[in-house]
Parts: sequence; structure tokens; C-alpha cells
Amino acid sequence: MTQGAPFNVPFLAVAMLIGIAFYIILSQRNLIKLVMGLGILASGVNLFLITLGYREGGVAPIYTNVPIEKMVLPVPQALTLTSIVIAVATLALMLSMVVHIYRHTGSVDAEKSRTMKG
Amino acid sequence: MDKLITHSPILIIAIPLLAAFLTPLISRVNQKARDVLVITTLALAGFLVIILARDIYANGIHIYTLGASSPTLAIPEQYMVPMRIILEVDAMSIFMCIIWATVSLAAGIYSLSFMKEETGRDRFYTLLLLMVGGVFGMMLTGDLFNLFVFLEISAISGGALVAFRTRFTDAVEGGLKYIIISTVGALMVLFAIGIFYAQYNLLNIAALGQVIQYTMLDKVALAFLVIAFAMKLGSVPLHMWVPDTYAVAPANITAMLLVSSQICMYALFRTCFSLYGVTLNTATVGWIVIILGMLSMFVGVTMAVLQTDIKRLIAYNCICESGYILLAVGVGLAVLGQPAALDTYGIAAMSGGIFHMINHALFEGLLFLAAGVLFYRVGTRNLNEMGGLAHNMKFTAILFLLGALASSGIPPFNGFASKLLIYESVYQFNPILAIIGIIVSIITLAIFVKAFFSAFTGQVLPKYKDVREAPKLMMLSMIILSIIIVFFGLFPGLIVDWLAHPAADALINQAEYISAVVGG
Amino acid sequence: MAALEFGLDFWNPIVWVIVFLVLIAGAYLLRSRGQKKYKKGTAQTQIFLSGEEPPPVEQRHIKAHNIYWGFLQALKGYYDPTVKAHTGIINDYMIWFTAIVTATAVILFIVG
Repeated sequence: MTQGAPFNVPFLAVAMLIGIAFYIILSQRNLIKLVMGLGILASGVNLFLITLGYREGGVAPIYTNVPIEKMVLPVPQALTLTSIVIAVATLALMLSMVVHIYRHTGSVDAEKSRTMKG
Repeated sequence: MDKLITHSPILIIAIPLLAAFLTPLISRVNQKARDVLVITTLALAGFLVIILARDIYANGIHIYTLGASSPTLAIPEQYMVPMRIILEVDAMSIFMCIIWATVSLAAGIYSLSFMKEETGRDRFYTLLLLMVGGVFGMMLTGDLFNLFVFLEISAISGGALVAFRTRFTDAVEGGLKYIIISTVGALMVLFAIGIFYAQYNLLNIAALGQVIQYTMLDKVALAFLVIAFAMKLGSVPLHMWVPDTYAVAPANITAMLLVSSQICMYALFRTCFSLYGVTLNTATVGWIVIILGMLSMFVGVTMAVLQTDIKRLIAYNCICESGYILLAVGVGLAVLGQPAALDTYGIAAMSGGIFHMINHALFEGLLFLAAGVLFYRVGTRNLNEMGGLAHNMKFTAILFLLGALASSGIPPFNGFASKLLIYESVYQFNPILAIIGIIVSIITLAIFVKAFFSAFTGQVLPKYKDVREAPKLMMLSMIILSIIIVFFGLFPGLIVDWLAHPAADALINQAEYISAVVGG
Repeated sequence: MAALEFGLDFWNPIVWVIVFLVLIAGAYLLRSRGQKKYKKGTAQTQIFLSGEEPPPVEQRHIKAHNIYWGFLQALKGYYDPTVKAHTGIINDYMIWFTAIVTATAVILFIVG
């Protein structure tokens, strides 16, 4: 587990980002704002992955000869890179679908542009 | 041949992915060559699945380490834990692979005829092969982050396929809803994976299963994983995207999407049985799964009575059948800690649930393909406008009736055999659950009587006088599925002994799953 | 091989199919002893509505939203809130997700 101050500021930032993202997803009817909220959620989870790898006083895990000091964990950074790439592809696809919905129905509101219910 | 069997897990994933990237190149040259490439790839993947299945039923769990000098070298020298991505295939994984190989081959043959008038078909087949590779990857992997990556691959390609016919408004809306639901679920799964890595420094499922203790953070991770997978598989009350998405997709894509949802059910079972095992409070988590299953059964089938769109009706029936599987395996999970009850009815319940998985994929696939034929020939999905179509489309009517009877659990079809196993074993756990299951089965028959009556029976309406029978390739794919349904119905003991029972045993046996990777 | 066994019961579909075929043969036997002579095309094969004219073909077929009307009326107390809950708005789906995740986490903390 990570050591550090009694409350870790990066984890607090993660909680705030995910909280704001869920508030946006739950309450904003505009589809473009909804996609933005999903982007913030992805950023929050990526920040969580990087933060959990931090070791106090560690250096970047790039080395030629193994150094004597501590290094931060490299695996979560690989996971985060993969996740960023996937999020980019997903957000691009979602925005193109929102554009199609706007062309068909003339509105980007989640309630006014729906055609199926029940 | 031995080398082929050793390397088959990675080949099953790699061949569809490679063919997906070759498809746009070949289709610039010749369209027919691309069709041949697609069908050959699906058939080749199916062949590899079958030879791997025979090896697993003979010799046990099969692992494959990516990037090591030899495929079975799970733990590198001077290390104590597995370091590389490991594909671990046991009887349950290969069972799901058999389902997926069958359904994707039938759907591929169907799409040769169904998508004939669409433009941009090379992109369609690229996405289809990507989805096939992505779902195979989810079934064969033994590593949590690999599971997340393939989950996202299958979600993105599935969503793009749902919204493929962008000239329909509701198709794009259904695709957008599917992608939003998948993204939120997958990000919550990634959060849970981060929690596991922070505590134990491991990503491999078998290695995690060995060292996991049930701390507070693990409970949070379990809540995220269970509910994210429950949302992706379409269980009530998180099911509302299912009718919107399944109704508007092209018919063969819907048949593939529902197997993709069943994979998330497989991932849920993998988490509860092989990752946590007996460290979790099996009574609580088992009852949560049972309650999700009961709600799915009841709400799914009662909402289906209202629908006037034929594919929305079948989609609500899908929700109901997923509820049966959750109920059966939930009963098995609830008695996991008590060996006496497990032997008497726990394993029978899980075998019934797992047998119902393959039955569900087959008869729902057949129903969706038949509804697709109706949309292709008649031009509408609205049951209010159809009538008397059995005079012109005799074979489609018979195949739809076959799927409907199999789904309601009428003997001698396969639905009856698996539902009988489920009722018998769940009754010994708690009688009320079995009684509600039987009532739901009766209402299932009612909804299919409604669909069959509205669409097919009655006198020929003047506007449908010239409707022709389904094209030959669509008929071939539906006949493949229906032959398997009839075969499973006439020989259920064979299928349970050879396929479902080993899969249930492999799920329960967490120790063997762990020792295949960690050794000793 | 074809039989499915659990506990003391068993289900054998081959036996079921044989019994079914025997019963169908019996039913066909009974049917073949009925009336064979009838004239097609006359009033013997038309629809009979107590002497009234049957409506044209398009209006004869019962539409799908009218089927099971009695069942839906009887369960109106269950159907009205349930159909209203299925709004089709994507934000409501996310509200359900958040609520169920919180409820599951609370149950897991308290009970197990």
C-alpha cells in the first residue's frame, strides 16, 4: 500500500473526479455533455491507476543499470496507457453516433431524441 | 497435430484478428473472395476449438504463456509469481468457445445474404471478425487486465455493428446506448482491477485466487465487478438497454450480441468461483445472484406481453432466460460451502444452468434469425401490420415455431431438458423459486403464442400476397441451428455428461484452476 | 445415453417421442372414421357468423396490441408503474446502476 500523508491528495482528486463524472452522467440530458462526463470518468480511473503505483521518493522506472534507490511501479503505467487508447477510440465512436442522432432527430437532448421506450 | 493443439489458444484469437485486417485489402480486389475468407476463418476457428476441446476433456486444464520460451512455463525462473499474460483454458471456457464458434458461423453464413444490399460491406465484415476475435479472447484468458481489454474490443465493435445501418434513427440510438453502458461498466471493472493490483501486486486470476483475503477493499471490488457484469449481461433492474439494442441491430448481429452478453455472465461466474472462491460469504453473494435472476425472470417476461415489435418481444424473452441461468448458478454458489448440499443438488443446479446457456444461445439465435427473415421480406417489425404470412413462408414459420417451443420448455426439445434440471434442483433449495420459475415458463409460452398468431396465422392479407420465402443462405444457417436444437433435445444425457457437467466441476474446483498456473 | 438422470427421477425423450407418435397415430385413426364427403366452394366451407356478412380480410385479423387485453387489465396495478419506469432515457439507466452498486456494497459491508 502507499505510504504518505494521513489523507492522500491524489486519491482525493480521484474521488472528486469520479464523483463529478457520475453527477454529470446522472443529471445532464444533453448527449454531448454526457460524453464529456464519460471522458472525465475515464480520466479519474486512469489517475487512480497511476496513483496507486507511486512509492515515496521513487524515481521513474527507466534504467540502464539497476539503481540503488526505489522506483515507482511500472505496471500500472502500462495499464493506464492501454486504457487511454481505448477511451480515445470509444469517445470518438460515441461522438460520431451523437452527430448521427442530431442529423436524424434535430435534437441532442436525451429525452427529446429518444424513439424507443417501454 | 500436437503442436497445433499446444498453440491453439493463441491461434483461436489471432486468426480472426488477422483476417479482420486482411478483409478490407481483399475486398478491394474481389468481393466474393472476401466472403470466402470470412467463412473460412470462422470455420477454421471452429475446427481449432473442437480439437482443443477434445484435448481438454482428455487431459485437463491447458495453459499458454505468451512470450515465454515454452508455452507451459507459467512462472519464470527466479520469480515466485506469474509475470506474463497467461491464457488458461478449462472445461468451462472451452464450453463457451463451442457456443461462440457455432453461433458465429451460423450468423456469418446468414449475413452473406442479409447484408447483400448494404454498401460498405467490407467494414461490416471487418467489425464482425474483430468482434469474433474479441469475444474468443475474453473466453480464453486467465488474466484480469486482458479480460478488460477484450471486453472493450467486443463492446466497441459490437456497438459499431449495432449502429451500422445509419439510415435508421433507432439503430444509431440503440448503438449509442450500448456503447455508453459498456463504457461505464468497463471503467468500473478497471477500477476493481486497480484495487486488486494495489493490494496484492498481481493481475493473474489464478495467482490472485491463491492470496486473496476478503478485506473491505475486496468487498468494494466485488460489488463493482458483480454489478458491472450484471449490467452488461442484461439482468433486471439494469436491463433497460437490452430491448433498445437487440431490436434495432441487424438480425445476425443480435444473435452474436446475446452470446457476447453471456460471456459477461461467464466472467461473473469466473470472478465469484475462481477468483474469490470460498473466501467470500457464499450465502450472501449467492442470494444476491438469485435475487437478480428472479427479478430478471419475472420482469422480463411480463414486459414482453405488452410489446408489439417482434424483436423487442424476443429481447425481453432473452432477459427472462438469462434470469434462469443466474438463478441456477446462484443456487450452486449459495451452497458452495456445504459439501453435502453441493453433492445432492448444487452441482445438478449448476449443470442445468450451464446447459441452459448453450440452449439459450441456440434457440434465441434461431428466433432472431427468423425475425430477421420477416424484416427482410416484409419490411417491418411491427406485429400490428403483419398477418397470414405462414401461407407464403412455410419454412420460416416452422423454424420460428421450433424456436418458440424450445424456449418455453415444451418436450421433447432442449429447453425442456435444461429447465427440468433447474426446477428439480432449485426446488430442493427453496420451493418458492421453482414455482415462480414454472409460472414464468407458462407466460413465456403465452408470449410466443401471441407472436406466432399475429405474424403467421390467419388468412393471407392482400398486401402480402407476393411475399417470397427466405433466401437459401439464410435458410441454411437457420437449419444448422435447428438441427443442433433437435439433437440436443433428443440426447440431453449425452450433452450433460460430456459438456455441462465437466464445466460445472471445473467452476467449483478452484484448487485445480490455481495449481495449473502456480504449480504444485 | 439419451436419458437425463438426477436423484430418483429420469427423463427419456426417445420414450416420449414414441408415445407421442403412438397417440398421433391413434388420433389419425379416429379422424379417418369421420365425414369424408363435403362439397368445397359452397356454403359448407365459408365462415359462419350467425348469418351476418364476415368483414373483409384486412379487418378480420386481430391486431397484436389487442391480444391479452384481459391479462393486462387484471394486472394494471403492476404494469402502470413498471411501464413508467422504462423511460428510455440513458440517464435513468445510470441512476439505476449507481443505486444498485451502492446497495450491493452496503449489503456486503453489513452482512458479509
